[in-house]
Amino acid sequence: MPQLEIKDLRINIGDKPIVNGVTLTVKPGEVHAIMGPNGTGKSTLAKAVAGHPDYAITGGDVLLDGKSILGMEPDERARAGLFLAFQYPSEIPGVSIANFLRAAVQARLAEGEELDASGYYKRLYSKMDLLKIDRKFTSRSVNEGFSGGEKKRCEILQLAMLEPRIALMDETDSGLDIDALRVVAEGVNSIRAAANPPGILLITHYQRLLGHIVPDFVHVMYDGRIVKSGGKALALELEAKGYDWVKKELVSA
Amino acid sequence: MKPPTEIDALVMENPVAGIDQTKGDFQYKVDYAFDAGTGLTEDTVRYISSVKKEEPWLLEFRLKALETFLKKPMPTHWATKDLESIDFAKIRYYLSSGQKPKRTWDEVPDDIKQTFERLGIPEQERKFLAGVEAQFDSEAAYSNIKEIVAKQGVIFVNSTEGLREHPEIFRKFFGKVIPTGDNKFSALNSAVFSGGSFIYVPPGVKVAQPLQAYFRINAENFGQFERTLIIADEGSEVVYMEGCTAPKFSTSTLHSAVVELVALKGAKIQYITVQNWANNVFNLVTKRGLAHEDAEIKWIDCNIGSRLTMKYPGVILKGERARGEVLSIALANDGQHQDTGAKMIHVADNTTSNIIAKSISVGQGRSTYRGLVHIPSHLKGCKNNTECDALLINTNSRTDTYPAITVRGDKNATQHEASVSKVSEDMIFYMQSRGLSEAQAMSLAVNGFINELARQFPMEYSVELKRLIDLEMEGSVG
Repeated sequence: MPQLEIKDLRINIGDKPIVNGVTLTVKPGEVHAIMGPNGTGKSTLAKAVAGHPDYAITGGDVLLDGKSILGMEPDERARAGLFLAFQYPSEIPGVSIANFLRAAVQARLAEGEELDASGYYKRLYSKMDLLKIDRKFTSRSVNEGFSGGEKKRCEILQLAMLEPRIALMDETDSGLDIDALRVVAEGVNSIRAAANPPGILLITHYQRLLGHIVPDFVHVMYDGRIVKSGGKALALELEAKGYDWVKKELVSA
Repeated sequence: MKPPTEIDALVMENPVAGIDQTKGDFQYKVDYAFDAGTGLTEDTVRYISSVKKEEPWLLEFRLKALETFLKKPMPTHWATKDLESIDFAKIRYYLSSGQKPKRTWDEVPDDIKQTFERLGIPEQERKFLAGVEAQFDSEAAYSNIKEIVAKQGVIFVNSTEGLREHPEIFRKFFGKVIPTGDNKFSALNSAVFSGGSFIYVPPGVKVAQPLQAYFRINAENFGQFERTLIIADEGSEVVYMEGCTAPKFSTSTLHSAVVELVALKGAKIQYITVQNWANNVFNLVTKRGLAHEDAEIKWIDCNIGSRLTMKYPGVILKGERARGEVLSIALANDGQHQDTGAKMIHVADNTTSNIIAKSISVGQGRSTYRGLVHIPSHLKGCKNNTECDALLINTNSRTDTYPAITVRGDKNATQHEASVSKVSEDMIFYMQSRGLSEAQAMSLAVNGFINELARQFPMEYSVELKRLIDLEMEGSVG
């Protein structure tokens, strides 16, 4: 069973501990939301799991399909089925989205195996139709001069094309107006409704995204730990009571 | 029947010509009959001239050039001190056809062999390029092209043959665009040159296919001091391609060519170079074109490899409405210095020039852009556009820009843009998170950086360039 298991994970940036023991299991088809105030380690968790070199793992483990991925390069993790949708995706001047995705798809083929170009474009266009993305979009350079909404749609298109087994979505709602938010959420929902949906770990600061992408589980992260887990109702409770409520509970506990 | 050329004669003397040498381990006797030895004196120059059976005026020309070369100081007051590492006494200035340094396929470094493999260079060509073999089967390809263009009245021969058989055209233009004393290395070339192309395109003729020096040069011995002269007569058009993307593995560490282009009224010349030198080579080249009224000269120049490349293709815009363009790409990897740029000298009204230079520095590699744009105040309606962009990969690499733009008077316009960008760790991580390896990510970033420019290259060259960049990036990931 392809699943992501995060076990008592501890992460430092430099000497500073940021994540202090997070344990979480995400199964295919499930949507987990991690909520919490800024600076509690949510994004750090996502980037470290994807293998960003700036983050040092100081304890615990991350397993994909029961195998530890901590010794793997970021690209090996990606080819093993992990995907990170970035909060701030990088610009790649001069490289079109179509060529970028093509290189990414090619990288997943066995050595010596050639990409079937017409099959690739067929699949690309069907995913774009699914996500209601204009054909012209993929001839633009990756993220160069994109609006916030376009950047996020580009991330969702990559998610749809690469068909990972686990998708980490880092603040996918940040910088989006309500219309862009709806479009992005529809994209995620259509991926979720398709055959063999990935397990999704959705990192968000606000409840508003969760009105459009309804999670199966909600976790509240505070000070580098998951301090509360529950169903989708927990998100609404958080929205009503604010993060201070969690802090107070922690203090009194 | 025309008399056999020097090359034909030497091919006959070469004991291994025509023998199958596809087996790896072999050696053949080196014929020293036409070896000028090491070091440079008046005797060296006299020797070269006599072997080539040259007219007295040419010997005079060479001897004068030698004098100029010896008198001129190294340009280290503006260029790198590394030039002082060249030991002129240890260089062989002339090796005639059929002669090669003694080397077997086994002695060719493994990385060079692997590169050939990866680039898909045919077996026979690999040996030639590695300096194991004197020549390979490109003679046929060359005579084929030569025959086709001859029907249009086009002359496409090596410079020795050009001098011998077309002295009336050759002498009129030779050394006029780049005078001997232009710089120390143009003087050196003028003293000891051999090889290179001579092309003449008659009025109104549009040469149907690009003329490829790759075939021509391979069909003889490779010249370290090539001399190329291309004349496009009124209203004619020609595209010339020089070099190939395979690494040139050579024991001669100094290459110093001179290339002169003359585009007469309304003519168009496009000169394309892709060079990938082994990284022990000093590549010091002078290239310049003279554009008459309504003529157009375009240099496309890609420099990869070498220890030091100094090359600033230029255009003298002599006639009204003449256009000049330089599109260049330089990639400096560890231990390499690419000192490249462009010169645009506006001499007539309503002339336009365009320079787009992209450099990539990897590891300890260093790129320098030097530009010279000159528009004097008495001219009007002149335009120049200069763009130079540098891409740095990792923090050790270095890039410098020295754009000297002199635009005088208020009836002319210039615009200049320069940028330096970096392939950041975040950008690489982003691409890796999509499944691309670090090397793939880097080459994609580099290809993206030059993409727009490379699109203006002939298809085959841009494809080869991309493959070459992939290889370079692969080697740069530690």
